[in-house]
Order: sequence, then C-alpha cells, then structure tokens
Amino acid sequence: MKATKVEEKIFLTIMICSTVFVLSCLILILATVIWRGLPALNLSMLLQTPKGGFYLGKEGGILNAIMGSLFLAGGATALAMAISLPIALFLHFYAKRSWHGGVVRLALDVLWGIPSIVYGAFAFILMLWLGLRASLLGGIIALTFLELPIMTRGMDEAINMVHPLLKESSYSLGATRLETALKIVVRQAIPGLLTSSLLAFGRGIGDAASVLFTAGFTDHLPTSLFKPAASLPLAIFFQLSTPFPAVQNRAYASALILTGIVLGLSIMSRRIAGRLTEHVIR
Amino acid sequence: MYDPHIRINKWNVWYGSDHALVNITADIPAKGITTIIGPSGCGKTTLLKSMNRLLDEMAGTRVKGQVWLDGINIYDPGVDVTEVRTRVGFLAPKPFPLPMSIYDNVAYGPRIHRHTLNSRGGNDHDLDGIVENNLRAAGLWEEVKDRLRTSATRLSTGQQQRLCLARALAVEPDVLLCDEPTSALDPIAAQKIEAQLQALKKERTIVVVTHMLRQARRMADYVILLWMGELVETGPAMQVFVNPRDERTRAYLDGDIG
Amino acid sequence: MGNPAENFKRGKRGKLYLQERLLQSNHSLVKNDMRKIGLSTQTGYVGKWLDISKYLPRRTLDRLAKKWMGFQAIAVAMLVPLIAFALLFRAQPILTAKSLRELLLGTNWHPLKQAFGFYPFIMGTLWVTLTSMVIAVPPSLMTAIYLAEYAPKRIRALAKPLIDLLAGIPSVVYGVWGVLTVVPFIRNHVAPTLERWSSFIPLFRSDNTTGYSVLAGGLVLAVMVFPIIIAVAEEVIHAVPQDLREASLALGATRWQTIKFVTLRKAFAGVMAAIALAFSRAFGETMAVMMVVGNVPQAPSSFLDSAYPLTALIANNYGEMMSIPLYDAALLGAALLLMLVVLIFNITSRLVLVRLMGHF
Repeated sequence: MKATKVEEKIFLTIMICSTVFVLSCLILILATVIWRGLPALNLSMLLQTPKGGFYLGKEGGILNAIMGSLFLAGGATALAMAISLPIALFLHFYAKRSWHGGVVRLALDVLWGIPSIVYGAFAFILMLWLGLRASLLGGIIALTFLELPIMTRGMDEAINMVHPLLKESSYSLGATRLETALKIVVRQAIPGLLTSSLLAFGRGIGDAASVLFTAGFTDHLPTSLFKPAASLPLAIFFQLSTPFPAVQNRAYASALILTGIVLGLSIMSRRIAGRLTEHVIR
Repeated sequence: MYDPHIRINKWNVWYGSDHALVNITADIPAKGITTIIGPSGCGKTTLLKSMNRLLDEMAGTRVKGQVWLDGINIYDPGVDVTEVRTRVGFLAPKPFPLPMSIYDNVAYGPRIHRHTLNSRGGNDHDLDGIVENNLRAAGLWEEVKDRLRTSATRLSTGQQQRLCLARALAVEPDVLLCDEPTSALDPIAAQKIEAQLQALKKERTIVVVTHMLRQARRMADYVILLWMGELVETGPAMQVFVNPRDERTRAYLDGDIG
Repeated sequence: MGNPAENFKRGKRGKLYLQERLLQSNHSLVKNDMRKIGLSTQTGYVGKWLDISKYLPRRTLDRLAKKWMGFQAIAVAMLVPLIAFALLFRAQPILTAKSLRELLLGTNWHPLKQAFGFYPFIMGTLWVTLTSMVIAVPPSLMTAIYLAEYAPKRIRALAKPLIDLLAGIPSVVYGVWGVLTVVPFIRNHVAPTLERWSSFIPLFRSDNTTGYSVLAGGLVLAVMVFPIIIAVAEEVIHAVPQDLREASLALGATRWQTIKFVTLRKAFAGVMAAIALAFSRAFGETMAVMMVVGNVPQAPSSFLDSAYPLTALIANNYGEMMSIPLYDAALLGAALLLMLVVLIFNITSRLVLVRLMGHF
C-alpha cells in the first residue's frame, strides 16, 4: 500500500515539474525576445523603410516588412474568409448527415498538417503556370492556402456552438436554411468567427516558409499586387543572417514586434468579439 | 364530409432503430385548442414536430404515413417545407429570441415572407403596424413599446416567451403549435401565455403539448392522449376527461401513470 | 407509385420526379389518396396553397447556395490530391532521369554536376525530428495527464490558454530564441559536459563546437510541438469514460494506478495519434529548424553534429533552382517527399482520432 502511494507521489511530482517546464519555456521565449529586442527597438525602426546600407548597420527601419506582412496576411485572411465561411456553413447546414461532410472535414485536418513550405512550393508552381513572378499576389495566394484549413475548422466549431433551438426558431417561422444561416446563425456566431479569422491572420503573418518562394523581398513599401513584398519573418531572418551585431540586434527587435503583433491580436480578438455581441445569446 | 384542419394518418416515426411513434391516426379540428398529453417520453413533442416538419432537422429520423394540412400531405415531396412552416407556427418550450432587437425579432418572419404576405393582401410598407399588432396580440406591446430597438435578450424570460409568440403570429400562421409553452416560466408569466392562447383560439387552430394535466384541463377543447408512442384516446375534452373509454386514460388521469 | 409519403426520400431524384408529377397531373393522385382516408376533395381544397412557383425564388436561392457552398467545400478538399499531383508533375523530370534508389540513398549532392543524392538531407530531417520527439514526448504527456486528471480547475484555466499561446508564436521567433538561447547553451554547457563525461558514447561525440546542431534543432522543435501533443492527448484522456475510472478506483486502486492500467491503456491509440501529429508537424517545420541546425550537408552521426534537413534544403536554394537543369525538379521532389510522409502520418492519426472520439 505504501509503495503505491510513494509511486503516485513521485509521478505527481514529475507531472507538475513537466507542466512548470512547459510553461517556463513560454516565459523563457518571451523573456528572451523582450530582453534582447527591447534595447534595439526605436521609433525609426517602426516608421522608416531601409535606407542604403541598412543591412550593414546603417540608418533605416522595417516599415516595409511591417506593411508587407499586414498586406500579405490581410489579403490572405480576406480571401480565406470568403472561402471558409461558405464551407463552414455547408458543413453545418447541408452536409451534416452525408459522407461529404466527413470527407471535407478529414481533408481540412490533413490540409492543416501540410507544412507551410509545401504550400509555398505549390503556390510557386501555380505562379509559374499563371506567369506570375514573386509578388504580393503570390504571397497572398500561398498564405490563403495556409490559412484556409485553420479558419474553416475554427468557423465550423464556432457555428456548431450555436444552440440548435435558435435554428429551430428560425425554421419554424418558415425560413429556408440559407436565410437561417445568414441572418441568424452567422450573427450569433460572430465572436467565434472573428476569433478564428484573427487566429488565421496571426498564423499567416508569422509564417515565413510559404512567402519565401512566393512574395520575395523588397526594401520598398508594397505598392502593387504584382511587385514583390517584404514580410516581417523574412526581415528577421535576413537581418539575423548578417554578420553585423547592430543588424542582428535589429532582428531581435523585429522579432519582438512580430511577437507583439501576434500575441496582441489574440488578446484583441477577445476584446473586439465582446463588443459585437450586443444581441448574442449566451 | 367532415374536414379536420390537420389529419394525421397512420403516422410512424423512427429515431434510428427507436420506434418513437406507432401508427398514429388522429384529427385536429379547426379552431380551438387541442392538447397532446401523456407521460414524459411518450412522443408528444415528436408528434408536434411532425406537424411542421421540424423533424426533418433531426439526424437519423425516418417517417412513414401522412400528415394532411388543408388538403396537402405535408410530407409529399412536392411540398415546400418553408411554406409548411409558414402556415404552421411553433412556440418552443424555452424562449429563444433571435440575436437581434425586439422589433427585428417580430419583423423577421414578415420580412422573409414579404412576397407571400403581399399576395395575401398584406402591405409590406406597414412593418411597424405588423409589429405593433402582433406584440399586442401576444400581450407584450405595453411593456416594450418604448424600447423596440433594444436587444431582445434583455427581456425577462416570460416577456421573451411572449415575444416568441408575437414572432410566430407575425407570419400569420393558421395553426400554432406550442411545445410545453409555459414550462420554463414562473406561474404569473405562464398565466399570461395561457390567457393569450385562449384569446387566439377563436381564429386559429392551436395545438399544445403539456405534461401538466391541470393545464390541459384548463385549456383543452380536444385531447390527444399518447402512451409510449401509441395513441390511447382522442376526442373532445369533456368526453376524454369526464368519461374516458380506455383503462390507461383513466389510470393516467388518476395519476397512476406518468 | 402508391402513397406519396412512402416515396418521400432524401434522394434528389425522387424529390424532383414527384414534384413535377404533382404539378402536371393536377393533383389527381393526391385526390385519390385523400378519398381513401375520407377527406373531402370537393371544395377546391386540394393544393390550395401548393403553388410552388410563388416560392421558387427563395427555394432556388437556397438550392443554389447549397450547390455553391458544396462546390467550394469539395474544391478545397480536392486541394490535397491537387498539391500532390502538382508537385509530382514538376518533379517528374528527376524521377525519370534518376533511379529512386539513387535519389534516396545517394550521398552525393552537387546540383551543378547533376548529382542529387538526398540521403544526407533525409537523415538530417529524421535525426532532428526523432530527437525532438524524444525530448518532447515525456514532458508533454506528463503535462497532458496532469491537466486532464489531477490539475485543479484554476490551474487548468490558467495553463491551457498559455499553452495555446505557445502554439501561436511564429516559427521564426522560435528560431531567434534558438539562436539566442539554445545554441549558446549547447555550445557552452551541454557539449563540454558530454565531452567530459560521455565521449565514449559515439552518439554524444562530435568535433562540431558551434552549438548549431541536431540537438539544438531537436530542442527548438520539441518546444514547438509541446502544445500539439498536450492539446490532443489531453482531449483523448479526457474522453475516456468516467465509469471505467470509477470501476478501477472502486477496487481500491490509486489514481495513478488507474491512469497507468486503465486510462492510458484505453487512450493509447489516441496518445499515439497525438505523437504522430506532432511528428508530422516537426517533420515539415522549416524556419526554426534551419536557423539552428547548422546546415552542413552530411548525414549526422551524433546529436552534436550539424545537420541539413530537407525543408532547409528547399528554403535555402529556391533562389537558384530555376537556373540549373533538374534542380527545380529535385527541390520540388523533396517537397513531394515531405508532403507524402506528413500525409501518411496525418491521415492515419486523424482516422484513429475519428474512431476514438466519434467526430471529425
């Protein structure tokens, strides 16, 4: 009896240590990025594009990458929303009992697991076929593929959370499934839909491997869909690859900016969602 | 020939392998209140939802038989299910306001059916009028007329249920199905709903499912008694309550079953 | 055809067929049915409101929406084979020019001399991925068990969002963290210690003193896959029926014994699926790994050696791949290989999870 108790104690200790270890990794990562990034962070980094000799340690900032990333991820998120919402509604309203639903859900899970570099390669092949060069549009296409499964699964879950009686209420007034979907369910699920969109946006803005092939990199602000666009993750990567400590420090600051954007988004999504829920039933 | 408003003919419902309703044949006369009573789990709600095809929305349901409404078998493949539900209103056990304002809740149905209502002589410019009339009919107008644009979720449960009633009435259904309409309400709110239904029965056919025998005695003009998915007895309330023909009816009324 | 209700099926064909017949035949069949059950057909009652044309726009809209949404859903589902075929198509030249054996087992990588041996890169990927699994699985499983079985509600509510946060950190930030923390840690502490105490074990011996190593990649990847293993394993353990636990507890077993002999046994397949998902994620990770593993094209023989995973190979060389013959085919072939491995692990584990949890 005693031995079993001791065994349980030992394992419980191990478990608690593991949990603490996992959480301390998060803290360690954030602390490292803040500690090394904060000293190098200044306003000109946020507000300027790279000047001549930027990668040798001279004047300039990474506004090109910030704006490029926002354009890339923003465009991809908008596209992905236009594709994801209908799919999520289809899964919920029209394919609940059919095998299509199962196949589509499985495909989405599999798509979720496909590495972003593969999406990059696929988008690159598409661009070759379409005759596109490395450009904002190419990056948006690649990121859309990457964001699609994340967003659709999130929206699917958000819509599934809507109480079935709400749908019944609408049906019993003679509304069709489409009317119920658009006028009632989407409205009720807005917080969840928004959260999954922002989650996808965060994933898109942080991804490097897929834009590497497709968006290229430039020192200028994005002006055209058909010109290359910079992105934060690549800016970090390139700055870190230089041998100059001053530039490397900027990479840390850029990493801090990127982390701030991504984490800020996930916190903000809850705030915004709270405001849009005037009529939502809890 | 005598024509009931709704005729249920040899009606069977299965949930998966569970035979929920067995060969039900019953008439629901036009106008007045028909109550469906019986012990819990006997298929009352299933029978009610058979009458506006809300059954369609449940997974794994299979049906056999017919439900005739105004000379149409509503399960006929040519029938538009949304039209059935426009003709047959539904009041759920728990009030579920739609995620919009009080006004929009009532106007939701008329807006969807604008075309239909116009062809029946309605006037689509008069949404305000429709909303007011139906809120009055549900006995809610005086309480909400100053805050029509506020969210419906802020009303009390009893008010929400009357809003749901107004919302259902706004589509001008000929039949109103009520699934234990007062079960989530306090006695005073319940009384208000009951009174509204009593007032509405002069123009509409109302079907009420209830597990409260006393409520059935108060309201019913006609009674359908179910027991384990089968029809036990049906007829005018006076006859069923005072002079039941079936042993099981007597036992149920005496409180031995259920 | 008999009783229309008996023909009521969800099949599209039956539906359309009867609908047209109803409209054309002036409802004579319906009248028949009504007479049979004693309803009057005299009053012009029949089909009084069955004027389908009036409701056609709304109904058609609903049907069109279903078609359109369904089309989008199927199109997205078709992306999986489409990506595979596109990669296969582009990799075709190298697959015909070289034998599979030469590609997979060849150790010579000289694109300019048309030598494309993937062996060092495949080994690099495998070393890094397996290292990360060895590091990640024990603590994340322990955390999952703790959160599912022991943790008080408050700690769960605190820990789960934080772990989700870990999943949200961009991979390039993981890379930065690796460069700043993990690589120096290995260079200054882990490698000298191992050198001192266990250099007789070949796995721990290396002349690479930079710290950019398999171990660094494995550590960074391990932290990246923590949230995946924890989230899925926790859900799987949570889904084990309570009755089962109570049966064991009622026999006087401790909670840990119950977990060991009952819960984990029941959840075994799901836990394996969680690990497989994490494996496929680590297998395909690019940025973070390539920043810390050193990228030396050799098959590693020690945890402290540098490695050059497939993903890094693709990412580092995409720029020049169009200028050398067969190079693009080789790199896209590498992407195809990557995708196939990930696909196999993913589909298997998803199917296991579906069977276990009863939902997709």
